[in-house]
Amino acid sequence: MRPEPFGALLYHYGTRRLSFLKNPTVLAVVRSLAEHPTARSACESAGVTARALPAYQRALAALAQSAMIRERGKP
Amino acid sequence: MTAAPLPLVDQFQHGLAAPICLTWELTYACNLSCVHCLSSSGRRDPGELSTARCMALIDEFERMQVFYVNIGGGEPTVRPDFWDLVGYAVSHRVGVKFSTNGVKITPDVARRLAASDYVDVQISLDGATEQVNDAVRGPGSYRTAIRAAARLADAGFRSFKLSVVVTRHNAAQLDQFAELAREYGAQLRLTRLRPAGRGAAVWNELRPTADQQRAVYDWLTAHGEHVLTGDSFFHLAGYGQPLPGLNLCGAGRVVCLIDPVGDVYACPFAIHDSFLAGNVRADGGFARVWRESELFAELRRPQSGGACTSCSAFDACRGGCMAAKFFTGLPLDGPDPECVLGHGETALAQAAGVTPPRPVTDHSRRSPVPITIGRRRAPDRACDPDPLAGFATRMG
Repeated sequence: MRPEPFGALLYHYGTRRLSFLKNPTVLAVVRSLAEHPTARSACESAGVTARALPAYQRALAALAQSAMIRERGKP
Repeated sequence: MTAAPLPLVDQFQHGLAAPICLTWELTYACNLSCVHCLSSSGRRDPGELSTARCMALIDEFERMQVFYVNIGGGEPTVRPDFWDLVGYAVSHRVGVKFSTNGVKITPDVARRLAASDYVDVQISLDGATEQVNDAVRGPGSYRTAIRAAARLADAGFRSFKLSVVVTRHNAAQLDQFAELAREYGAQLRLTRLRPAGRGAAVWNELRPTADQQRAVYDWLTAHGEHVLTGDSFFHLAGYGQPLPGLNLCGAGRVVCLIDPVGDVYACPFAIHDSFLAGNVRADGGFARVWRESELFAELRRPQSGGACTSCSAFDACRGGCMAAKFFTGLPLDGPDPECVLGHGETALAQAAGVTPPRPVTDHSRRSPVPITIGRRRAPDRACDPDPLAGFATRMG
């Protein structure tokens, strides 16, 4: 994961795919995922409002689908 | 993969902390002499970066968090330190994709490559048949490439790339290329022929016809993300829907080239002083060139679409490829020479009297020295004192 002015770039060496975090908030969320019990809690502590939550849910789901992030305990 | 609908294309236009697509040509030396070589390769440059310099550059890539480098040449594998450099990059968390004609892919090398997650291999092949390929890449090059592909497949290397420059002579072979890729468990990659390097001299006769361009576009849209393109066909987006990937010239914004002597150019197809941003040996190294060079700053400023601005397709194709315009003598803020709406042909006709800029570096092997040994003709004199008497020895 490489911070960029607009957020960050992610590269997965296994899938050889590039993903984008298009704002600093989603970058903060992704960075703090490991410290939180749930993705919702990571979003809330990064200041994501209830209204914006669905957009972040979709973004994290897309990242999970492309194997950039994965559920704890899963290979 | 989005959180908020920010215009990413606009962000890219302002440049990134490090390039996404960094091409590093390790050597100008090559065993082949492809007629369309972008870098006019052949002979090794005596000023080629040393092993130590290359490793220092890899250290810098690591600090900049460059995800991977696209290593090319020349034929990069002919450098004696090539495998050491690949190993060094991988151990410093810089992934490697390298382009090769396959000449050094032995079964043993194939096995080692298959064992690494951080190395990808791209085998160049410009014809789905020996005849079409060898006409462009030289005798024996098809067999060399196919032999390398077979060795990688046998070693269990999945999804290496078969990389094809689309020309007038192979544009009808796209299905055959896809079949070849399937046969070897590879992924097909198609790229656009650019009038760069030696390619400038053959571009007009090798470039796809207008009908072929349309067919290539339809083929690409039908095959979607299964076929890679290096995002090189974005000028075809003017036909309608954009192609997968970045539909934008990335020169100096997301793309750059480091050549064998450390010169940094805006893109691999623009080896010319006009696009030279600096050298990695200078103070501040590559990072400084990438972040501070005046040329790159200029390329990252909003570009004028010039004559194209009023065109309905401009948002799709963005005026096409900078290098293609430059080396065909067209203005950079006008249409691409292969503009799908035909504006390129008009511009080319208008520029007919203009001499396009010539590629500045040329490492092409000098024409082969035709010394005919063993073909004796009758001695000029019965008792010639010259030890070479009777041998036709011509240099030049």
